Amino acid sequence: MVNWPLEILKAVGLAAGIFTFLAVVAAMFGVLLERKIGGWIQSRLGPKHVGPQGLLQTLADTIKLLQKEHIAPRAADAAVFNTAPLVVAVAGLMSWIVIPFGTLGERVLVVRDLNIGVVFFAAMSSITVLGILAGGWASNNKYALLGGLRSASQMISYELPLAMALIAVALEAGTLSTVGIVKAQEGWFGSFAFRQFPAMVIFLVAATAEVNRVPFDLPEAESELVAGYFSEYTGMRFALFQLGEYAEMFAMAAMATTLFLGGWKGPVLPPLVWFLLKMYLIVFLFMWVRWTYPRYRLDQLLNLSWKVLLPAGLVWIMITGYRMAF
Amino acid sequence: MLLVDWLYVGVFAVVGLIMAALPLALVWALAPRASLPQKQMTYESGVVPFGQAWAQFNVRYYLFGLVFVIFDVEVIYLYPWAIVFRTYGGWAFVVMLIFVGILLLGLAHAWRKGALEWT
Repeated sequence: MVNWPLEILKAVGLAAGIFTFLAVVAAMFGVLLERKIGGWIQSRLGPKHVGPQGLLQTLADTIKLLQKEHIAPRAADAAVFNTAPLVVAVAGLMSWIVIPFGTLGERVLVVRDLNIGVVFFAAMSSITVLGILAGGWASNNKYALLGGLRSASQMISYELPLAMALIAVALEAGTLSTVGIVKAQEGWFGSFAFRQFPAMVIFLVAATAEVNRVPFDLPEAESELVAGYFSEYTGMRFALFQLGEYAEMFAMAAMATTLFLGGWKGPVLPPLVWFLLKMYLIVFLFMWVRWTYPRYRLDQLLNLSWKVLLPAGLVWIMITGYRMAF
Repeated sequence: MLLVDWLYVGVFAVVGLIMAALPLALVWALAPRASLPQKQMTYESGVVPFGQAWAQFNVRYYLFGLVFVIFDVEVIYLYPWAIVFRTYGGWAFVVMLIFVGILLLGLAHAWRKGALEWT
């Protein structure tokens, strides 16, 4: 029998814990990491003055943002305008339910090993677009609306290649459960980074586009659209958009780790450490790309998705199927 | 066990909303409130905004939207197929080859007709 009150308590604790982890590690130190890596790549120092080596920079920024007045444009749709950042932040949290962090003895550290884990992840990551579109539309600002609409066309276009990569992996592993997929990868060369290399490339490109990062950051292209869909957002609501974005980026990195790099598996070091190492490797890759490449044009972006990644994904699924069947 | 799984999903959504709204409550308590009509103006690079953003304009990607719906439905078929693949083996492969082949033909048709061009 299920002990409902205990389960609810456990769920509340885990949700609060993971949300705090995301807010502190992914968003606060993620932003700092991004700025430090950016500085390093461009031969400058990055944040340096607040705390030792600038470690407390984003904490100070957060405290500043807490004291900022909330300004909403009079022309905006107030109800939608105020809920949109919440949607983005919650969607960023939800993907983490199915991410296995490691093992403790025999138990796998995962919030819930859903039997449809991979589908759930794809579904949650596509909710973000609703928040972004709602925010862009409700602002009643031309830049924000353009950013929101661009975001919608971009995210639906890249959702398909992302799903193709997920299906190819699920096909090879024979399960949709994220824990099952990690268990299907035995040893270094058994990890799907080798057997599913094209799927990994498709996944990483599509993931970069799904989280609106350079070179696919058209929705917020700051040199043409001010700040895109969050042009009108101030203070903490702006910070919530950032939180959702970074939570989503870390979720994508964690999912890439789970699907292709063998999740928590590795010699000598504890499983949790391996998981974090691999996840930060992917996060570093995202940041490296961001500070290296210029932005795509919208037609190039859509061409890449529809004319390259989507057919390639379908063909790769059939190749995987052929290999498994014969 | 399935019900417990979805209990966790529900709790995560509710707790996530509360946790995300907490800093907004802090802002309400801490931040100043000094509203001026100028502050509430829509931002348009510093000039007085011209009309509304909610005007009629050409949403150019509706064709992409249509093609997306077709392929998204296809993806829904591919997930269960990937799971039962081991049970059926070669036959499952042949059947899906035909299905995916038809869809690829559809994509080629949309491509040739220019539905995938941003013009």
